[in-house]
Amino acid sequence: MDVWIGTQSDSFEELAMPLFDQMYNFAHWLTQNREEAEDLVQETYAKALKGFSSFQLGTNFRAWMYRILRNTFLTSRTGLRAAATVPLDSEEDGPELAVEDETPETILMKHTDSELVQNAIDDLPVHHREILLLCEVEEMSYQEIAETLSIPIGTVMSRLSRARKALRDGLRPQFKKG
Amino acid sequence: MVCESWKGNLDTYLDNELPEEEMRTFDAHVRSCTSCSADVLARVQMKRTVQVAGKRFTPSADFRRRMQQSIATKPQRSFRLGWILAAAAAAILVAGALTSTYMGNRSGRDHVYSEIADLHVATLASASPVDVISTDRHTVKPWFQGKIPFAFNLPELQNSEFTLLGGRMAYLDQTPGAQLIYDVRKHHISVFVFQERSLRGGLDENSLSPKKLPFNMETWSQGGLRYFVIGDASTTDIDSLAKLFKAAGA
Repeated sequence: MDVWIGTQSDSFEELAMPLFDQMYNFAHWLTQNREEAEDLVQETYAKALKGFSSFQLGTNFRAWMYRILRNTFLTSRTGLRAAATVPLDSEEDGPELAVEDETPETILMKHTDSELVQNAIDDLPVHHREILLLCEVEEMSYQEIAETLSIPIGTVMSRLSRARKALRDGLRPQFKKG
Repeated sequence: MVCESWKGNLDTYLDNELPEEEMRTFDAHVRSCTSCSADVLARVQMKRTVQVAGKRFTPSADFRRRMQQSIATKPQRSFRLGWILAAAAAAILVAGALTSTYMGNRSGRDHVYSEIADLHVATLASASPVDVISTDRHTVKPWFQGKIPFAFNLPELQNSEFTLLGGRMAYLDQTPGAQLIYDVRKHHISVFVFQERSLRGGLDENSLSPKKLPFNMETWSQGGLRYFVIGDASTTDIDSLAKLFKAAGA
């Protein structure tokens, strides 16, 4: 039995540790606190190791790990608080349309400022923050995001569009200040 | 305005998520359209900036070391000892093979039942037991849209003794589902709905009040969904509510 567990453990470590940095980064963005991020990652890895026997090798391990992390976050005190602030907005709006003459993007081209963007991401509600990070930072496909967040692909597209619009709206006043 | 339909798909195009044929058509359009190519350039810049800004936090060396230790592989036994253990394990496995499936199913089932009981208790103990407070099923049901990967029907409660108090998200085996809370004669009953295929462990097609559970419970599978009705109300009340759900889901 130990031999079998050892083999599973080997595979888990090999699969899970390469994700460690990015999982931590995502956890920190969600919790906005170093200690809570560490707790979240630790609990995620403990749950994943425990449930690894139920994971089907060959399926999407990364989406599986992120799903555990996100679900663990949502049931944490911080997560429940963050989820409680999620607006009941319709997610059926179409994608955002054309940009104007002076936009956050065009201003960014002139003054790339990572801190401004980080602040704007920080200010997003958690359901926008997470989908934006999964797409732009983790470079997940829509299918992977759908698996991670347990939502249909259509909702991924509309929510992502809203998240991008919210980020642009959040950047606009900051650039004006700058 | 000519490019409105193109611009509506710019993000999907830049995410490389359009079908192959549409990607090629889009490529050709962007090369020939000044307005769209300017937009593409601007949005690529935004994507890159977000990507850089998003890689903001790094774990400490100490945390990495602790994590590695916690999931580290156990020390390998010697090759010979490994074979001896493997032979012994094989003998035990042969002896236990006939019972393992049954035990596995039972432990998986017990695990699910006890998780459901925990979720119900946690709800009763919570200061805010419901996320959407409404006695109207036409308010509660839409609230779950986009939050869970399936749809389900809520029963009509007219002419019954049950009152809908509201609903909340629930998680079982790391998959999301719905929890509805009902009141009957001051007893609270939770109804959980999950996708059958997302649950581990073999559950009976239908089951009444599993043993060793401090609550009355009824569970069944219907239309690819797994329902659990649990509470300290009488078995008759649990069964009545279960029947209402079965009728609504039929």
